[in-house]
Amino acid sequence: MTSPLEQKKIKIAGPSIVTANRTWDGIVVYRTAAKGWSAELSEAAIVRNSDEARALLAEAVADDVGAIGPYIAPVQVGEDGKILPGNLREQIRRTGVTIGQPAQV
Amino acid sequence: MYAYDEIDRTLVNERVSEFRDQVKRRLSGELTEDEFKILRLQNGVYLQLHAYMFRVAIPYGTLATNQLRALAHVARKYDRGYGHFTTRQNIQFNWIKLAELPDAVEDLAKVGIHAMQTSGNNMRNVTSDQWAGVAPGEIEDPRIWSELIRQHTTLHPEFSFLPRKFKIAITASDHDRAAIKIHDIGLRLIKNEKGETGFEVLVGGGLGRTPFIAKTIKHFVHGRDILSYIEAILRVYNQYGRRDNIYKARIKILVHELGIEKFSREVEDEWQHIRNSSLQIDDEVIEDIRSRFTYPAYEKLPHMPDELRQAAADPDFEAWRKNSVAPHKVQGYSIVTISLKPTGGPPGDATAEQMDALADLADRYSFGEIRVGHEQNLALPHVAKRDLPALWKALDKLGLATPNVNLITDIIACPGLDYCSLANARSIPIAQELTRRFANHELANLIGRLHINISGCINACGHHHVGHIGILGVEKNGEEVYQITIGGRADENAALGTLIGPGVKFDEVADVVEDIVEAYLALRERPEELFMDTVKRLGVEPFKERVYATR
Repeated sequence: MTSPLEQKKIKIAGPSIVTANRTWDGIVVYRTAAKGWSAELSEAAIVRNSDEARALLAEAVADDVGAIGPYIAPVQVGEDGKILPGNLREQIRRTGVTIGQPAQV
Repeated sequence: MYAYDEIDRTLVNERVSEFRDQVKRRLSGELTEDEFKILRLQNGVYLQLHAYMFRVAIPYGTLATNQLRALAHVARKYDRGYGHFTTRQNIQFNWIKLAELPDAVEDLAKVGIHAMQTSGNNMRNVTSDQWAGVAPGEIEDPRIWSELIRQHTTLHPEFSFLPRKFKIAITASDHDRAAIKIHDIGLRLIKNEKGETGFEVLVGGGLGRTPFIAKTIKHFVHGRDILSYIEAILRVYNQYGRRDNIYKARIKILVHELGIEKFSREVEDEWQHIRNSSLQIDDEVIEDIRSRFTYPAYEKLPHMPDELRQAAADPDFEAWRKNSVAPHKVQGYSIVTISLKPTGGPPGDATAEQMDALADLADRYSFGEIRVGHEQNLALPHVAKRDLPALWKALDKLGLATPNVNLITDIIACPGLDYCSLANARSIPIAQELTRRFANHELANLIGRLHINISGCINACGHHHVGHIGILGVEKNGEEVYQITIGGRADENAALGTLIGPGVKFDEVADVVEDIVEAYLALRERPEELFMDTVKRLGVEPFKERVYATR
């Protein structure tokens, strides 16, 4: 759950993705292999070593109009290829707040 | 209420068109995010986990009903139907789209509210006592001076690029409801022996990763000199404040490293250069500001109206009245605190429907005025006692009559990891669980005054250091862990809490709080001995022993 603001060195310990927030509305997006952004984690490009991660992040940073604040985040990839968030922070970003929103209660 | 003049209205309207142009250029790619970031922060726009967050200022915590309705409108039209009142008299919207923000800013500007001074390394929204102007025994309305400082500092170039953010709070009562001792500058309005109005000035308070309680730098500064004295403090800070290290950039670090004596000498030297300049305030300026605050035409009303006497037979009404209704400076009137801490709810949140309905109630029962307090509750400052029963019924229907003000479930909590990009752990679910554990109001009343403050990271937006029980969420090996402190307080006797031991897991926090409370109930000498008195008498050891004996 380390803040991306503290993510200084690019060093990954397992499968990872690049995530950011879409510029015009701020929603959570994931960098895809097609050099675009998707709101679906299942469409995220998976990187498995630091060089790949660095390259994917550099490409994401270059798309400053599309999304802001890109960073590398860990994921878990199941045997069936299903991608799941690798920590609580990313779980919350993907599925929303864990508390119920007052307007919906 | 305060009525803005033409200068303020022009300023707010110009900001709308500037911001609209900036957003347009950002979305077209003409501005990069690096270029745009400082501009959005000057308009209260942050990026959080799920979306942009828009923080709107409520200067000195005073809102008119048309302003509250405008906030409800923004919540409904541009967000997800609710807003979150913060610990610094702001409101935050958590789901707003950048492309729609200029429209939201414009809609708010129509009623004279804005997001200036809610973020960035500048002078932030000046906060004050939510009971300002109505509290019995107050020296005078502190909002007059808050407004003077707001006018002087808004967009002031010398204060727009400080080493770090800078916060001022003002109180005018013996009991400090504005938490002035945890601010960069705290001002306590007092009279000197000649009966002149002035301030005790405190400096260097703040929480975050290096917490300090503010120290008195000058026991009396005459009101006419307060701007020059504040400016002298800011000049010393601007000159010596650390710009090379964000963690050492707040004035509290400078005051600590120089020592209060040396720091005050530096300020005094600077002040002598500027105190007789144009910064000296003419009486007419204060009188002009004073004249722009309008006060209700109070009626002459009985101390105990029949309506109140009859309603006293209803135990639910009485429970609420005893908890949430406070004496007013005018006979026959009361100050009503509206708890935004319902059982199971996120602290400080209000829906658009609640805001609209509350605006209607304020029009009917409180001369069209609402207040916002740093404890994340609201208040109606001018309620006739005869109207209390009707107001209570209406608030109860809205879910706004939880009688838990200042009790264990009146929890201050930051948004935490559910919303905030800086957070390491969740805050709100901890608060929700605690409000369920202590939902029984008889139990809460038996416990008495007890403040729980929760932060989801060391930045301490939930003021955990000054909670009677403070809870700080951190991350350890990928898990949320919570450190517990006890003995903190944010009032005139402000103190930092003491850590009682190793952190505990998310699922254990409510159990630990229950243990602390049970220990207190067993240890107190008499029912009137408050939690803080017991902690003061016995220290943290008995509580530590209780919590960790079985863990």
